[in-house]
Amino acid sequence: MVLDIPADRNVAPRSAVTESPLTRMVLIALALGFLLLFLVLPLLAVFVQAFAKGVDAYFAALALPDSLAAIKLTLLVAAIAVPCNLVFGVAAAWAIAKFEFKGKAFLITLVDLPFSVSPVISGLVYVLLFGSGSLLGPWLTSHGIQILFAVPGIVLATIFVTFPFIARELIPLMQDQGTADEEAALSLGATGWQTFWRVTLPNIRWGLLYGVLLCNARAMGEFGAVSVVSGHIRGLTNTMPLHVEILYNEYNFTGAFAVASLLALLALVTLIMKTLLELRYSRAGSLSTPH
Amino acid sequence: MTLNRRSLFLSAVLAATVQFGAIGFAFADITLLNVSYDPTRELYREFDAAFAAKWKADTGETVTIQTSHAGSGAQARAVIDGLPADVVTLALEADINAIAEKTGKIPADWRGKLPNNNAPYTSTIVFLVRKGNPKAIQDWGDLIKDGVQVITPNPKTSGGARWNFLAAWAWARAQNNGDDAKAQEFVTRLFEHVPVLDTGARGSTNTFAQRGIGDVLLAWENEAFLALDELGPDQFDIIVPSISIRAEPPVALVDGNVDAKGTRKVAQAYLDYLYSQEGQKIAARHYYRPFQTEGVDPADLKRFSDLQLATIEDFGGWKEAQPAYFGDGGIFDQIYTQGR
Repeated sequence: MVLDIPADRNVAPRSAVTESPLTRMVLIALALGFLLLFLVLPLLAVFVQAFAKGVDAYFAALALPDSLAAIKLTLLVAAIAVPCNLVFGVAAAWAIAKFEFKGKAFLITLVDLPFSVSPVISGLVYVLLFGSGSLLGPWLTSHGIQILFAVPGIVLATIFVTFPFIARELIPLMQDQGTADEEAALSLGATGWQTFWRVTLPNIRWGLLYGVLLCNARAMGEFGAVSVVSGHIRGLTNTMPLHVEILYNEYNFTGAFAVASLLALLALVTLIMKTLLELRYSRAGSLSTPH
Repeated sequence: MTLNRRSLFLSAVLAATVQFGAIGFAFADITLLNVSYDPTRELYREFDAAFAAKWKADTGETVTIQTSHAGSGAQARAVIDGLPADVVTLALEADINAIAEKTGKIPADWRGKLPNNNAPYTSTIVFLVRKGNPKAIQDWGDLIKDGVQVITPNPKTSGGARWNFLAAWAWARAQNNGDDAKAQEFVTRLFEHVPVLDTGARGSTNTFAQRGIGDVLLAWENEAFLALDELGPDQFDIIVPSISIRAEPPVALVDGNVDAKGTRKVAQAYLDYLYSQEGQKIAARHYYRPFQTEGVDPADLKRFSDLQLATIEDFGGWKEAQPAYFGDGGIFDQIYTQGR
């Protein structure tokens, strides 16, 4: 975790670069060109389309009841899924990084599972689990519990897909930090709970926030898994990404891109916060580890 | 950092939960869920509003109609998996049969409980081509000319696609004096001209119209008219082939669900209203051929051209046609794997 920026000042840094200025310029131009073509332009296109019929049309499209319902549902789903995965992620990372036990490698693989499974499958497993034809289905129906094609199903699918984000962020960080701080705290008489709140948590706070940020972005943006379990009921089970597709399919381009622009905005905010956190992270990291 | 550590994380998390936790959904007196197929969005948007107004006037109750649209086969699958539809308004009988067989929520003899085989409106399959018809497409035979790309959705998931398939078959059969082997040969060659199979009719329309792929779109008549309306008549032309098929998109009450929810009366009234003069007028306005023409705007009726229409009975009805042509290992599976 030691940063090498100050060390660089003493060495002659320029000698490392042997390419001619022309090569460098071509390379930089190429990289910037790609960024422009594949990232900036599509993002701009979303906003251009969204405002194609003017600012009034943009806000009118967002104020439609179905659009508002989609935005609310997306926020609700993220507000449930992210805290759930926060608790799970911290617990899993804590267990994996600070303790030795059998089957640890297997647990890490399991945590990673949602990354390697296609989102469609993530949705279908819930259909197989809670659908009318499943084992649980008839029992749920007879008790009047609607999981599939309702908010609970969407929340479950979202939790599944965003499962690894926080744990994946924390595990390497906590492994890196080791158990020395915790051992010191315990030897000084702190309880396990105190150790967690006062030693472990502060050590991982930036990594944790970073994980929450990524988890939230994915929770709000997930399409595949949610599409399978949503049932596509207007104004009720359509999240923002699903609503974008529906509006697009109805030739309502202003509406589709207006909602899409909100998602794009979310991505931009995530990006900015991520950059800020990284700055913070690297500074705090060098401060907090060597006590 | 000398912040209170406990509050640092909790505040962020709690703020989010408290802020959004209070969001609930407001329900009106009664809600009906109509699970429909792709191209009926505009039709049911207008029809639902008209029905809600009528129900309010008749009974004083407020009814909110929720709608869900996707490929017809996919929608049937969702209802089978537990989507609590009060009524289904799908693209073909086979999809409603599937719900009846797999769940028992719809009685096996549902077809015939409403007039006209439960089809309040019919449609047919026409061609949508690029403006000026640059590939000179006039009839089904032109679709397999060199360099013509045909857009149709996947018959496995889309009801419209199955009508497309059968319409092509009907034409080829008529061309070859009823020879089914020759008809299969034609349809096989036709699918060699299909570069992409979308899951639903609307997806195909977008592939053709928005993404500019293909020379001709096999489309529901109503979908073709809507594309002209929405995307501009200066971009596309509708070509009516010599033979097509009479597509009967049926509607049905999902008995198992309406009894569980106590919505039978209003759901039945909803379906009956489709057959009323007002319902028929709305259907015709959205380019569906009405079941009866009395009271329907003649200007709307004039848009439907007369053509020779095969029917599903020519294929032995859906109970026979569905497994034979579109079941696993059926004719579509054979020609599609063969064509690739």
